[in-house]
Amino acid sequence: MDGNADAVIRIEQLYKEYLTEAGPVPVLKDVSVTVEPGEFVAVMGPSGSGKSTFMNILGCLDVATGGRYVLNGRDVGTLDSDQLAHLRNQVIGFVFQGFNLLPRANLEDNVGLPLIYRGVPRGERLEHAREMLAKVGLGAYNRSRPNQISGGQQQRVAIARALVNRPKLILADEPTGNLDTATSKEVMALFTELNERDGITIVLVTHESDIAANAHRLVRLADGRIIYDGPVEHAAPELMGSTA
Amino acid sequence: MTAAMLAEAWVAMGANRLRTFLTMLGMVIGVGAVILMLAVGQGAQQQVEASIASMGSNLFIILSGSTTSGGLRMGGGAAPTLTLADAQALEELPSVAAIAPSSPGTAQIVYGPNNWSTQVIGTTPAFLAVRDWKLAAGFPFTDSDIRSATRVALLGKTVVTNLFGDEDPVGKTLRIKNSPYMVLGVLAPKGQSLDGRDQDDTVIVPVTTAQRKLFGTQFAGTVRFIMVQAESAAAMPAVERAMNELLRQRHRIREGADSDFSVRNLTALANTAAETAQVMSLMLGAIASVSLLVGGIGIMNIMLVSVTERTREIGIRMAIGARGKDILLQFLLEAIIISVIGCLIGVVLGVGGALTVSEVSGMAIVITASSIVMAFAVAAAVGIFFGWYPAKKAAAMKPIDALRYQ
Repeated sequence: MDGNADAVIRIEQLYKEYLTEAGPVPVLKDVSVTVEPGEFVAVMGPSGSGKSTFMNILGCLDVATGGRYVLNGRDVGTLDSDQLAHLRNQVIGFVFQGFNLLPRANLEDNVGLPLIYRGVPRGERLEHAREMLAKVGLGAYNRSRPNQISGGQQQRVAIARALVNRPKLILADEPTGNLDTATSKEVMALFTELNERDGITIVLVTHESDIAANAHRLVRLADGRIIYDGPVEHAAPELMGSTA
Repeated sequence: MTAAMLAEAWVAMGANRLRTFLTMLGMVIGVGAVILMLAVGQGAQQQVEASIASMGSNLFIILSGSTTSGGLRMGGGAAPTLTLADAQALEELPSVAAIAPSSPGTAQIVYGPNNWSTQVIGTTPAFLAVRDWKLAAGFPFTDSDIRSATRVALLGKTVVTNLFGDEDPVGKTLRIKNSPYMVLGVLAPKGQSLDGRDQDDTVIVPVTTAQRKLFGTQFAGTVRFIMVQAESAAAMPAVERAMNELLRQRHRIREGADSDFSVRNLTALANTAAETAQVMSLMLGAIASVSLLVGGIGIMNIMLVSVTERTREIGIRMAIGARGKDILLQFLLEAIIISVIGCLIGVVLGVGGALTVSEVSGMAIVITASSIVMAFAVAAAVGIFFGWYPAKKAAAMKPIDALRYQ
């Protein structure tokens, strides 16, 4: 173990290729990143730069072809699918562009869903869920269904769901992609609050520079490689654009 | 966790009520049909078995031979070859439990203003034991009645109804062929025989009375048939051989010549009838089971559609920590709930249908706890069997593929 043993994410020489009919196509080449607890990282890059694949691997939804990924001290490459599910449940909270709430379930059931897979009894589950809904400012909507509230509110519900297992890391994939500017600001304020007040590590993929500006650190991908990794404020303006 | 899964399955089923109902309908019809068919089949089987039991068990009937008169061969029992002495001799054989020599005939019976034509059987007291026939009222006649050929009679239920109505016949005197007979007792009702005859439409008198006073045959002491009861089913072949041997000897029949009597094993006939009924019952059950199978395939079909439709949901669940086995359990539970609820409704409809059938058509039905338990077990098995493949398919999805599915 080196000095980075406490890192939330430690990625070394990550390599990922997809097999197509035309042969293997590399998507990520030699990516190495370390994220320390409490960091707020924005990942940017043009379409096809590999940032979605990068996020999927970070979230243990997809596995790398080569290299090493240590999440919260565990080498992901050595885990089976049940153990990966356990990691997703306990360590990571996901926030997606499309919210991904269950349309049939009410908000408290949606938020409490991750607790089901931890075997938490119903009463306790709903209690936690209501607490989280209150935290994101939706305490009055416990029994509503996702289609009865606005997009911004749905994304806050998704954040509440991501928080319910008290994760170390929140992975947000274009969380404001479906939202207007005003609600985007509200959602980003919530992320900032979670990061600053609760010390939750956040990795956020976006293509909007003003969203990325909320983060402290910028990782920019192009053609499967990291071309910039440093403080947001030092990034050259063209690195903050969506199509550099 | 299973409680939470059950609740979720319930919500998922409620989300598409019509489809859930139609899926369930397959199970409802399958289970209902199985229960109904088993009830009808077992009813028929039990009816046959009851008829067999009413005949008496381990029975032989020895018929006297046929005669040829002017080139016309008369049927079995026409020749007066069996006698009471034959019967007495047969009684001495080992493993013979009871013997009932019988002389049947038809006579007009009169009581007061009513008259009725019926079968009159002259026989011995052992007849009741052989046929396993109880008395509903009064007493049977005895051996002393046989010796003195007294004019006494036991009446079947149908005869009582037709001659006496509501009156108590025991101790009354009626007339058979214009001679007075005292009614000693009333036979317990037996119902229909296997061939549909009314067994209760009969009068029993002492065999000597029938021979000497009622039917007056020119061959004194002969009987038409002798009923023989063996002590057990296992002893029947030995008894049959011994009887043949004894009677051939008594009748002085040379080696190789045809017997002037015939021995029939009634139990073998009865067993054939019982087996037929059982096969019919099984066939009905098997045919109904096919609809259960079709119902199961319906469940699999809908579950496959449901898994495809909910691919994205599966992806979301996996992303937030569901393991493959959690997804498997979720879909499996859904299939099992559908089949078990369908089974419950099917049991209710099947039992109701069976009761209706017996009410409307008068068919005998038997609903056993075992057929209901079996229907339940089969329904659960169908749910697991046909739910397994779709559930497995859902559980085997890769999280990233499921999440990306549009």
